[in-house]
Amino acid sequence: MGDNLIPLILGMAAVTYGPRLLPFLFFSNTQIPRRVDAFLKCIPVAAIGALIIPGVMTATPEFPQAALLGIGFTAVYGLFKGGIIVPVLGSVGVTYLALAGLG
Amino acid sequence: MVKQEIQDAAKAGIPIFIGYFPAAVAFGILSKTTGVSLLESFLFSAVVFAGASQFIALNLLTTGMGFTGIILTTLLVNFRHFLMSTYLSTRIKERLKKYYFALAFGVTDEVFSVLSFKKGPLSKGFVFALQMSAYSGWVSGTLCGYLLGGFIPPILSQSMGVALYSLLLAILMPEIKASSLSLFLALSSGLLNWLLMYLDILPNGWSIIVCIFIIATAGAVITLNRSHKEELHG
Repeated sequence: MGDNLIPLILGMAAVTYGPRLLPFLFFSNTQIPRRVDAFLKCIPVAAIGALIIPGVMTATPEFPQAALLGIGFTAVYGLFKGGIIVPVLGSVGVTYLALAGLG
Repeated sequence: MVKQEIQDAAKAGIPIFIGYFPAAVAFGILSKTTGVSLLESFLFSAVVFAGASQFIALNLLTTGMGFTGIILTTLLVNFRHFLMSTYLSTRIKERLKKYYFALAFGVTDEVFSVLSFKKGPLSKGFVFALQMSAYSGWVSGTLCGYLLGGFIPPILSQSMGVALYSLLLAILMPEIKASSLSLFLALSSGLLNWLLMYLDILPNGWSIIVCIFIIATAGAVITLNRSHKEELHG
């Protein structure tokens, strides 16, 4: 890539930082009405659900099944045990094995 | 920072580091194969610090899209953090006010997810320790991937891309185990996003924002109805 990417990086940084910062400056002093609070409390699960599905299948574009098996491990392990380190590293391992087997 | 806070932060921060590292390695490798310099790859992670949109930017660079287009796409893709910061601003108490500028920089999907499910008020020590472990995992992973990528088999680096998603799911699991409403909302949101992406009617990044709005509104209606009934019967 011949182009100097620094202007792109700075531009991306600005449009990423802006939306992260503005709510703190604008909303932190305001009293939140009960209805809005109920809405805000549902943002985490709604956001995480939409972030995982269908994005996970793009992680291994040629064999989406491999990524599905990997995240399936996280779901099953998390269901019975929990934690983060084993489910995350395990999912990478399972995906690797699935790709090695399929490829 | 009291001892308990340090322990809490380490307990939450180490897994985040371990989840971020392989995903960043994948980014480092991909940026090298895209033809980005080491300095630029480092700056992507150190200055932008936004997982998914960095991958998208590399992708768009290879398609020949101009900088303005990529920056606009990044704005759309990352605008969801506006909603996340709005939520966090209601959770973080007065004494953190002067740290807002530093704090806002670290509002990533994963940090947000951990913070949002932590019980009780959020202290600045905890928030910063968590963000620093995420940041150091992301930046060091990028450098490792770029420098050592040649020694990592392509299948393994691809598998590492799954880490970001399993990290999110692992964070979400306790919440959806404890509440069937959370499970329902998370699944509906994911399926709705899938449908919207499949139909391809919204610009990149907006489908997630639409999902958050629709599903969080539905969730609010359900919880408000529930508490209303409890008030009537209780």
